Amino acid sequence: MRNRNGTRITMDLDRRLQTHGDFYSQKFQTTEREDTLVLNLGPQHPSTHGVLRILLEIDGEYILRAEPVLGYIHRMHEKIAEVMTYPQFAPYTGRIDYLHPLAWGWAHIGAVERLMEVQVPERAEYIRVITCELNRISSHLLWWGAYINDLGAFTPFFYAFDDREIISDILQRIIGSRLTFSFYRIGGVATDIDDRFVTETREFCNRMKERLKMYKALVTDNFIFRNRLEGIGVIPFETCRKYGATGPVLRGSGKAYDVRRAEPYSIYNRFDFEIPVYDTCDAMGRYLVRMDEIKESIKIIEQALDALPEGECINRKASKRPKPSPNDVYFATEGGRGKIGAHLVSDGGRSPYRLKLRSPSFSNLSLFSEVAQGTLIADAISILGSLDLVIPEIDR
Amino acid sequence: MMDLIFIPWQLFVIGVGLAAVMAFIGLNGLLLVYLDRKIGGFIQRRVGPYEVGPQGILQPVADGLKLLGKQVFTPRGADPVLYWLAPMISITPAIVVFIAIPFGPRLQVINTNVGLILILAFTGINVLALCLGGWASQNKYALLGAARDIAQSVAYEIPLLLSVLPIIFMTGTFNLFDIASGQGAWPWQWYILYQPVAFLIFFVCILAETNRSPFDLPEGESELTAGFHTDYSGMAFALFFLAEYAYMVIGSCLIATIFLGGFQGPILSGAWWFLAKVYILLLIMIWIRWTFPRLRFDQLLNVCWKWMIPIAVVNLLVTLAVISL
Repeated sequence: MRNRNGTRITMDLDRRLQTHGDFYSQKFQTTEREDTLVLNLGPQHPSTHGVLRILLEIDGEYILRAEPVLGYIHRMHEKIAEVMTYPQFAPYTGRIDYLHPLAWGWAHIGAVERLMEVQVPERAEYIRVITCELNRISSHLLWWGAYINDLGAFTPFFYAFDDREIISDILQRIIGSRLTFSFYRIGGVATDIDDRFVTETREFCNRMKERLKMYKALVTDNFIFRNRLEGIGVIPFETCRKYGATGPVLRGSGKAYDVRRAEPYSIYNRFDFEIPVYDTCDAMGRYLVRMDEIKESIKIIEQALDALPEGECINRKASKRPKPSPNDVYFATEGGRGKIGAHLVSDGGRSPYRLKLRSPSFSNLSLFSEVAQGTLIADAISILGSLDLVIPEIDR
Repeated sequence: MMDLIFIPWQLFVIGVGLAAVMAFIGLNGLLLVYLDRKIGGFIQRRVGPYEVGPQGILQPVADGLKLLGKQVFTPRGADPVLYWLAPMISITPAIVVFIAIPFGPRLQVINTNVGLILILAFTGINVLALCLGGWASQNKYALLGAARDIAQSVAYEIPLLLSVLPIIFMTGTFNLFDIASGQGAWPWQWYILYQPVAFLIFFVCILAETNRSPFDLPEGESELTAGFHTDYSGMAFALFFLAEYAYMVIGSCLIATIFLGGFQGPILSGAWWFLAKVYILLLIMIWIRWTFPRLRFDQLLNVCWKWMIPIAVVNLLVTLAVISL
């Protein structure tokens, strides 16, 4: 058979369409077999939630090889840090992971504070904990909605946004923005919280506890949903260690590693909270870890609100234009996706010599190609969702 | 005027009937799109269509006009004949099969002895349309969607037929009018009480055959972007869309006729009762769509081959045993 242009019609779609692909498609190492299809999942695809592209070699619906292609939203955050002063870089951290920006802001500011040896007032530490945990809940809620959307149920997404909206409203009142928060300053936080913030947060915590019960009945116990998650995407602990996976991915594989507990920063060692761990290693384990983390975050917030001290919300003595002496420090926080690390090197100037950011999503994505091998496309989508990736964070 | 007289009466009836059926499908399509979105909005705690017309009732009309105005576009590398043939093949059987459905005691285009077989045979053609559409558009996602659709539709045809057979053995006829009028006016006289298992299997199979959630794998929005109609736009897409809703209506009509007493009701039997039953079934379908996540491909086939077919066969055998006693 020949088409209108006279070229021979073959089974190979790429040849028939006379497309040769880009660098990554050409260099993609396929298996020896000839009856397979190379499929580009992304960079524009409903389930990659951003500009992630995954090259798949498939046999029918089964994935033989998977390779993520990164760099579509690389914005040189680490380089930008080198040409800016220390406080100037703070707003950029909110753009790295737009779902849990406060943890990123904390990693950067915490590193600067450690470099400058600045003392943070008690009240500011409490405000940081409360806002960061609120932000963690909103991050997990968005993941929850989006993940179930990937599995084909559209309704829970709106329920999650209903709750997330309240957090956005609460944080908007004191921070001013609803998504890319930049709230932490060197030596404290930008604005103090008031009574209305406290009552609204308490109301939200009470509401969220009820909602979590409904989420369990509506989604977690759903027969189809359980079948789509249980036993899917098994990531053994060894694989996690090999790729440096952290956060819920690691805790879903049976290792209770949480930066808040393992290397406590700020005042986290004062609170009573559990580190949820599930040793099923599958998507369900990771799902349950995140759902339990919402509960634990609520516990932390309530304890912090009870113990909220009076006082300054920022250390007035902290320098607005810091010029630290040459040194290098590392500060890690626990983000919604895992361990966030900021390695800050100063050469004595007004801007850092180097800022290395460790992003959890990058490590978590790295294990995808190993885990996805031999699964169905639908399972690959489920695994990808269970990793909770934020693409700008991967590329930075 | 003289010419009209020489048209055979049967042909005249079928012509008028087809025109009426097309209008019925079109209006139903508009109404169902609106209901689907409005109920989706209600379930998802949002308003749904609101701006066009009172309470957004004209939104489907606006959508239809938009689709009508779109450029007729064939993607590069697509097979032009098959590509444009597919949506037509999809919608045509949907129009044809409505002529055998008894809407009311005196409201049926043709009362044929093979009504049920006609409907089940013609609706099977839809598989071919989706397969052609997916294959001809030269898109990998469309190809995967078409492959899924073939496996799914072929598998679910079997329990669909197996669950209808007990009713046919009970009534001894393929005539839909006779099946409907064979049941009494009151709910306890309907076949759903005699054959609850068959009803459940039939309903699930109708969901699977019409590619509705949770069996919407051929479209599989979050996996295959849009499945078999990824490359379709404008009226071609609208035809696929309309066909999907038309098949939903056909499925509901069949269920209402076979299991729910058709046009019969406790008072004032007629087309009203039939439409009410059909719309209750459609609402349940919409409700399911906005509630459940999607099954995985192998789970879908497992449900069919390992559960529904054996249960349907056992149900059939039990029915036969009871009848022969």
